[in-house]
Amino acid sequence: MNISRLTSARAHLSTVPLWILPLTFLTFAFFFPLARISFLTLSTSTFNVENLYSAQRVAWFTFYQAALSTLLTLLLGIPSAILFSHFDFRGKALLRALVVVPFLLPTVVVAAAFTSLIGPRGLFSTFQASLFSLSSFAFHPSPFVLILAAHVFYNVAIVIRIVGAALSNLNPKLEDTARSLGADPLHVWLNVTAPLLRPSILAAALLVFLFDFSSFGVILLLGDAQFSTLETEIYFQTVRQFNLPLAALLSIIQLVCTLLVSILYSRLMSRNSYSIAPRPAPAHKPNNFKQRIFTFALCSLLAVCFALPLAALPFRSFTRLEADRGQRGEIHYGFTTDYYEELFVNRRGSVFYAPPIQAIFNSLLYASATVILSLLLGFPAAFALVRPTRLEKILDPLIMLPLGSSTVMLGLGFIITYGRWLASPWLVPFAHTLVALPFVIRALQPAIASIPERLRQAAATLGASPFEVWWNVDLPILRRATLAAVTFAFTISLGEFGATLLIARPEYPTIPVAIERFLSQPGGLNYGQAMAMATILMALTVISIMLVEKSRFPNAGEF
Amino acid sequence: MRVNSKMSILALTSIAKSYGDKPLLQNISFTLGEGETVCLLGASGSGKSTLLRMIAGLETPDLGTIFFDDFDLASTPPHLRDFGLVFQDYALFPHLSVKDNVAFGLKIRRVGQAEISERTANSLKLVNLEGFEQRNVNDLSGGEQQRVALARALTIRPRLLMFDEPLGALDKTLREGLLNELRSILRRTKIPAIYVTHDQEEAFAIADRVLILHEGSIICEGTPAEVWANPKSAYVAKFLGLGNVIDGVVKWKMQNNEWKVESGIGEFVVQCKHKHSKGEEVCLLARPFVEQSNRWPSRRRASIRLERQKFPAAVSRPEGCDQNTIHGKVADVIFQQDKYKITLDNGLYVYLKDAPKVGRKISVKVKVECLG
Repeated sequence: MNISRLTSARAHLSTVPLWILPLTFLTFAFFFPLARISFLTLSTSTFNVENLYSAQRVAWFTFYQAALSTLLTLLLGIPSAILFSHFDFRGKALLRALVVVPFLLPTVVVAAAFTSLIGPRGLFSTFQASLFSLSSFAFHPSPFVLILAAHVFYNVAIVIRIVGAALSNLNPKLEDTARSLGADPLHVWLNVTAPLLRPSILAAALLVFLFDFSSFGVILLLGDAQFSTLETEIYFQTVRQFNLPLAALLSIIQLVCTLLVSILYSRLMSRNSYSIAPRPAPAHKPNNFKQRIFTFALCSLLAVCFALPLAALPFRSFTRLEADRGQRGEIHYGFTTDYYEELFVNRRGSVFYAPPIQAIFNSLLYASATVILSLLLGFPAAFALVRPTRLEKILDPLIMLPLGSSTVMLGLGFIITYGRWLASPWLVPFAHTLVALPFVIRALQPAIASIPERLRQAAATLGASPFEVWWNVDLPILRRATLAAVTFAFTISLGEFGATLLIARPEYPTIPVAIERFLSQPGGLNYGQAMAMATILMALTVISIMLVEKSRFPNAGEF
Repeated sequence: MRVNSKMSILALTSIAKSYGDKPLLQNISFTLGEGETVCLLGASGSGKSTLLRMIAGLETPDLGTIFFDDFDLASTPPHLRDFGLVFQDYALFPHLSVKDNVAFGLKIRRVGQAEISERTANSLKLVNLEGFEQRNVNDLSGGEQQRVALARALTIRPRLLMFDEPLGALDKTLREGLLNELRSILRRTKIPAIYVTHDQEEAFAIADRVLILHEGSIICEGTPAEVWANPKSAYVAKFLGLGNVIDGVVKWKMQNNEWKVESGIGEFVVQCKHKHSKGEEVCLLARPFVEQSNRWPSRRRASIRLERQKFPAAVSRPEGCDQNTIHGKVADVIFQQDKYKITLDNGLYVYLKDAPKVGRKISVKVKVECLG
């Protein structure tokens, strides 16, 4: 007993050095800025009637749009989950990939895709305009509809994944038994299937709500400045109004709300563990008329809803539909590579001081720095978390905390705390690392944990030296997880928008920041360049995702 | 407890089912009498579970009809059949308590609360789980979970009970105990039952009648004793582990119903009612229970002397058994409770009361039958 206590004490001590780097980083990059924001909130100038009124108004709208988006997402997501877990049909893998890809795309790309399709200058509007010269026939979706559509587009994958997993883990014999006990199909659904799915539907709804609640890029770019959520209002108050106390107050409201939802979510997930089928029920071909109609209709709907925006973006980036700004003379409509060529030109009076292509180099540079930094911090933390002692049980939620906080708030914290270093471009990779670190740790941790000690012992008894054990056992298993972690960090950095928009220097924009600036400027050329930039970002992200998919490690990337 | 066919309650006629172009079941016909327990015995993939699901109405046969009480079930959906179903993995509703699981069928039928409580308690009593009503089904042991599943099926007073490898997930001792309980419950309630398993001991223990399924057809049918005594085919003999199956060629007819058969391990004389012709290939079954070991050193080879085996007493001595002696060198000896399983170097095995040393040459007399 003494010995075991001694060894456990030693094990307890041994993880401390592993924590030094990650904790130092988190303290300076997260907890200290968070403390400054909280401090700012408590100052007397915060709580005046005007601030409280606008906070209440913004918070209400944030809740409203998130709840509505969540409802719509469930409405499309639950039937889709049934489709993917119960039925086999041609092109299933492709359709599934099509539906899942948006979730992994940067918000800016999704927003750009929706403007390119149904935005005021999108394909749909221009097509209508050319079809009916009378504009009264034309259908222009309001920005609010655009926001809801983008949120549904973004998050259906979550519902499909969580509810779909629950559906295919559902023991089909439970339904068979209920049938044999006298329940008709409706009662089977009401008494067996629905109660068993309820926790996972609720979990999916909470997670979708969380994403919609803290959605920033979609609302900023599609909302046309007339719709403001907590996130966008923090940005406006910081950058346009310089009302930092109000921004801080909104940040705290946002943080408290997301934390409450996150806690609810993780409690739900931990209780949600019953009824795992011995083998998942195999999907089958739709075998009666009703099932065939259901499959066909839903497949068509999903194909249209998901393929169109994703295709519209690259298409629009190669198509001239309107006059560029200041252009005289005849306009050539149709195919063009101008928008891409323009990215290399350093024009006077343009949005940048450098050719826009510079943004791509900046993004790649920041992303590489983020990869290095987050691996450097993520590996020790992941190793320490594999065999949790009391220390790890306290630190684990702390490490994950930045995941629940809004990126705009992280940016705000950087501005308040490290304002005098804002001139340095090196603040950006630190902010990106903060966002990427939880993902990197969650990608590495299960892989490290999955190497049982027995495996190393077996290798040792077979004659492998400690180095050979590490080389032949640990490394091959971790290599794939490391690649996944690298890609997470890389794509997160590429697509990070909220924090970057606040702290990036005007002369060092990233791709998402450049897209935002192009979209906020008038003229067809700027719009086209935004589309071109977004297309490039989409391509970069999709390539990275494909890399991860090829090397997917079981359980990696479960959050 | 054999029931003759005119009292049959369930009848399957020429049932066939295929998946894609793979035929799974073909021309399955059998009946089930009132209060009878029939066991469908077959290896995995023989289609026995699918047959059960078709009787339950969860799948539809491609061909053939299922009658219950002379009523064609084709248009009756599963929830109106009143057939109880018990699965290997219990399939208890994890979101319901023991009581709510057992009461499920009654609640669906909108039975009154008082009656639900009474019938639920009765069912739980029947399976020896009195007082388990409020327990969480996820906290029960495997055996207890299977009892709950049985009670749940019994509560609806089913017209037929179906078991799909119900004891497959349980360990051996638990399985034997539960099997005995199950048998006594079936005897007491007189509910006709179909029991699907791949375990022949289980099947022989519980069944009034055994049907052996192989490659989608019923290849053997009868009471356990009949099937044991007359397996009819090499597959059944091997599947049930009845003894050594030996390939042989008929050499000549010795006298009425007696044939001389040559095989790779020697010549045998077997009795068979079938007509055989010279040169015909036949399968022989050499039961491992020894008729007589040789008491004298063989004139042809020096074999060890073994005590005369009286085991088993019930096996009758076949005619002309002098020729049915197998010889071999002992390759392996395994202790099995009251006997030793002796494997010879030619692959045959026999059971002996005493263990000869490995490497010794022995000759034993065995009963050899023709499998046709």
